[in-house]
Amino acid sequence: MFTQAQSPRLAQRRARVLKERAIEMVLFLAALVSVFTTVGIVYILVKESVVFFQQVSIVAFLTDTQWTPLFDDQHFGIMVLLSGTLTSSVVALAIAIPLGTIIAIYLSEFAPFKLREIAKPFLELLAGVPTIVYGFFALLFVTPILQWFYPELPGFNLLSAGIVMGVMIIPYVSSISEDAMRAVPMNLREGSYAMGATRFQTAVKVVVPAAFSGIASAYILGISRAVGETMILAVAAGMQPNLTFNPLEPAATITSYIVQVALGDLPHGSIGYQTIFAAGLTLMLFTFACNIAGHVLRKRFRETY
Amino acid sequence: MATVSVASSVESRPQPSAPLVPKVKASGLSFYYGAFRALKELDLVVHENCVTALIGPSGCGKSTFLRCFNRMHDLYPGNRYEGEIRLYPDDINLLAPGVDPIEVRMRLSMVFQKPNPFPKSIFENVAYGLRVRGERSGRTLEGKVEAALRDAALWSEVKDRLHQLAFNLSGGQQQRLCIARALATDPELMLFDEPTSSLDPIATASIEELIADLKKKVTILIVTHNMQQAARVSDFTAYMYLGQLIEFGRTDELFIKPKNKQTEDYITGRFG
Repeated sequence: MFTQAQSPRLAQRRARVLKERAIEMVLFLAALVSVFTTVGIVYILVKESVVFFQQVSIVAFLTDTQWTPLFDDQHFGIMVLLSGTLTSSVVALAIAIPLGTIIAIYLSEFAPFKLREIAKPFLELLAGVPTIVYGFFALLFVTPILQWFYPELPGFNLLSAGIVMGVMIIPYVSSISEDAMRAVPMNLREGSYAMGATRFQTAVKVVVPAAFSGIASAYILGISRAVGETMILAVAAGMQPNLTFNPLEPAATITSYIVQVALGDLPHGSIGYQTIFAAGLTLMLFTFACNIAGHVLRKRFRETY
Repeated sequence: MATVSVASSVESRPQPSAPLVPKVKASGLSFYYGAFRALKELDLVVHENCVTALIGPSGCGKSTFLRCFNRMHDLYPGNRYEGEIRLYPDDINLLAPGVDPIEVRMRLSMVFQKPNPFPKSIFENVAYGLRVRGERSGRTLEGKVEAALRDAALWSEVKDRLHQLAFNLSGGQQQRLCIARALATDPELMLFDEPTSSLDPIATASIEELIADLKKKVTILIVTHNMQQAARVSDFTAYMYLGQLIEFGRTDELFIKPKNKQTEDYITGRFG
């Protein structure tokens, strides 16, 4: 009698456990897709790069001052592309970090509630504009304006692309920084106000340091975006490899070079084609280093309020 | 039983002998959160170099009242004061529209319920108010920081690690750091908003001792929900209920023979 009373409930429970298992499996597989994708990308990049580095020495890759894989006289100096990437990124970050931070401070500490509710979606809209549109904007609008101030500026240049890229990155920096600043508890601000501090002193001396780990992650994300940005540079900065740190010159970046080769008619398996994997690996290592740095910063300055 | 212990701790205390000089005086003070009237026509005198305690059940408006003195309510929109709080000897109305709340907060300092050290070093926390006031001289800062930390009975514990982050201190130490921070600027009146409610009994005892000590230097107004604490540290006590000030008097008198029935019910534990 005892077992009879129990058995239908037991059966129910078995069904429930099976259902739970199935759901768990589905969730696990979904999570696995992203892991596999990452692993797959790294695998392909490394495998193809190994082929490349069997023919070109790493020293030559890092130290050569020319990048001419498509010519008869082949040189593979990644510094040439890296200089374009770095220069355009520095220009972009010189715009995005100060402006993004100031906007975040304003929205979090000064703006009235209603204005913030209106301004924030508009800012985030900026991040939703397709980058090809930004590219044309840089080429056809910003460059002519810059040429008006500096007539010798070439039609393709890193400056204009960098400025527009900076504008594109502003919302990433400001939005995440603002979230971090708003998460600072009110009693910390009140402590500062009670000491006779002004709004500005409170924002700069208390809120920003308290939110530093979040703000640092915003900057790191901004850097990753700048380094990885492709379309704006491909359209507005020109495609010719140029070892320069002068933003007034045209130059190819790692990303725009990869676009050029991937779309071109190089035979698969040729050394020229193989370069894009080495370039891609360089880019990935660079952003990976940025992410690690961001992680370390976050851990080191994690807030304990 | 509670009343007996409260009464005995009051009785043994010597009366303050110096003549009483008013430091701040609230009169006809009402306060509104939007349309809600949180404080109703309060009158209160806080005497110089005395500790005045505000007691009452949760939600009676004692913290709201305290935050009127340094105009903390100005930080949020929709708040409104009526009546006045006069600061002596200057005889200025702290709530007057022409008075800059920042000026008010420069002269009154506040210690909060939960210790709220800034994400800075111990030294920089105490120096904060001085830096906000434009003090740049390293020697002056060092001198004043040390004096404030000594007054807050924290110096011996932190003197070898002044440049470490304040978050590494214990809760009680953090609260004493906040007291040091509030002391460093030589305030005329110190406001304490339930300063021991997040601390353990030992840390609480050290803060109470500190408050009793500090009144030689500075006038103190303290909000507490702990009647024993009010009895232990204060010279005067005000009992508040539903935004009104029910009774105000010398702590010993108020605890031993309250004039008002409501006060009596509250301090004997029949209500609240």
